[in-house]
Amino acid sequence: MSDAAIPSPARAAPITLVGPIAWVRTNLFSGWFSGLFSLLLLFLIVKWAMGFIEWGVINAVWSVPNNQTQACRELKGTGACWAVITEKHRFILFGTYPYEEQWRAFLSILIFIGLFIVSAQRVFWRKELGLVWVGALTAIGILMWGGVLGLNYVPQERWGGLVITLILATFGLAFAFPLSILVALGRRSKLPAIKALCVLYVELIRGVPLISLLFMASVMFPLFLPEGMNVDKLLRAQIAIILFAGAYLAEVVRGGLQTLPRGQYEAADALGLSYWAKTGLIILPQALRLVIPPLVNTFIGFFKDTSLVLIIGIFDLLTAGKTAIIEPAWQGFGIEVYLTVGFIYFCFCFAMSRYSQNLEAELNRHRVR
Amino acid sequence: MSTSMEAVASAARADAPPAILLDKVNKWYGAMHVLRDVSLNVALGERLVVCGPSGSGKSTLIRCINRLETHQEGSIKVDGIELSDDLRALDAIRREVGMVFQSFNLFPHLTILENCTLAPIWVRHMPKAEAEALAMQYLERVKIPEQAKKYPGQLSGGQQQRVAIARALCMKPKIMLFDEPTSALDPEMIKEVLETMVGLAETGMTMVCVTHEMGFARQVADRVVFMDRGEIVEQGAPNDVFENPRTDRLKLFLSQILRGH
Repeated sequence: MSDAAIPSPARAAPITLVGPIAWVRTNLFSGWFSGLFSLLLLFLIVKWAMGFIEWGVINAVWSVPNNQTQACRELKGTGACWAVITEKHRFILFGTYPYEEQWRAFLSILIFIGLFIVSAQRVFWRKELGLVWVGALTAIGILMWGGVLGLNYVPQERWGGLVITLILATFGLAFAFPLSILVALGRRSKLPAIKALCVLYVELIRGVPLISLLFMASVMFPLFLPEGMNVDKLLRAQIAIILFAGAYLAEVVRGGLQTLPRGQYEAADALGLSYWAKTGLIILPQALRLVIPPLVNTFIGFFKDTSLVLIIGIFDLLTAGKTAIIEPAWQGFGIEVYLTVGFIYFCFCFAMSRYSQNLEAELNRHRVR
Repeated sequence: MSTSMEAVASAARADAPPAILLDKVNKWYGAMHVLRDVSLNVALGERLVVCGPSGSGKSTLIRCINRLETHQEGSIKVDGIELSDDLRALDAIRREVGMVFQSFNLFPHLTILENCTLAPIWVRHMPKAEAEALAMQYLERVKIPEQAKKYPGQLSGGQQQRVAIARALCMKPKIMLFDEPTSALDPEMIKEVLETMVGLAETGMTMVCVTHEMGFARQVADRVVFMDRGEIVEQGAPNDVFENPRTDRLKLFLSQILRGH
């Protein structure tokens, strides 16, 4: 009993419980079967990685003179022909944008990326951010079109590559997200006309494939316009994407609205908050942070779905990559081009995914007790 | 069965103007008749306790007073304003009537201080600094100013309910409604909430409380109303109602809740 007053000193945990050795033991070699399986997988991974390094680095050809691809062809698939990227990267990134003016498209891509990085910082989430967006998008418009400030005019038909993907995805989600919130709120409205309109919109748009909407936008829509009037093809595709994404996002947002207990609405009502104050300060802040994972899921999906515009003849990143290898000299080097294009898509999507996880953790701090 | 209003109106406050006036209010949930010809007159400054078995319509009654529920027949006047579909009248009433819920209903994504300043800033258009000073004043009154920067999830149930009371008071309401404020609390936390309510009663606030806390009713209520199956069965001074129940329904109810205590 006399020992009870002095607590015994805490001993460091044995090496079998903490540290990297313990981790390997519990996760990879917890039994003879799992040990054997781990070794087999390790062998396969090393073998595959070495094969990839041999193909992609050791045996690879990085450049060839004047489209002479014999050096690449002599490899017979044992090495990568990165020369196709060296040669065609500007076409993949900028499409048929005039060669001497491609710095403008490049600058636009940098502005987009800068805009994403600034918007991701919560310290910048103020009213001024809206002005930054308007300013940035105006700058991109001026850069891409030109015709003012001494820049040569470049018609939209010549835009292409990564810039098109970023334009479609950024404008698409920037307009579709607010639209989806309004539709989700409208679906829960007590006014039957608004509710019916929102249900009709969501069900109609969700009921058809994006491709058919794009076809309608590019082929059918001009038939309804008065003669001589023409709406830019990119704009029509953009509107189709906004409407489509809006319907899907609306259902995600509605899911968030439904998880809120009725007491939250009643407490806001009892305090005398107006509908918009209640919605903007109490309901949406809670509902939206609950649906960050499915929202980002949809965002990532639509970022990639913008590649479907190829069927109406718009040159996005993927189409530009595909077109780059149509030239006879470069035929057969699809793997290198698609790996590169895939890597660019992956960078954007992975960034979105990681960011959303951080945001979720940060915004849900209040739920930690 | 129900006794007439004039006979039982609290003698102490009978001369004060009515804060709440219900006249033959009827309400249905679908086919279910939940309020039957309920007439009630609450004077300014009066403390009213409503009790009755579950499903008797007492919560529905007070939720009709700030129109969280709508009634179908009869009229309800709060602070002289008739409750109707007129949104401006509704806004005016909700500004003057505070409410405390059984499940607290604090806003979990806002700090305690933000919970309290939200309505003064957005409904009363009070400057932020002024609203915060006011909120701290009321948080001190409910004895939890030190929790102002925390989130509701970090507080105990009793503390949350006291914040809910402070939040309602920050709107400086003329009338406070309490819908079973202690029913969701652990026994050791009921006392701190009741003490807060007693303190509030001492300031002369008009209060309508749905509660089964007999001790509280005896201590502060001017009048107790007993409801059963959607109608007011008996009402009177707390001692009268609890010591000399005239109806079998009240006798049964009293025996049940006394057994429970």
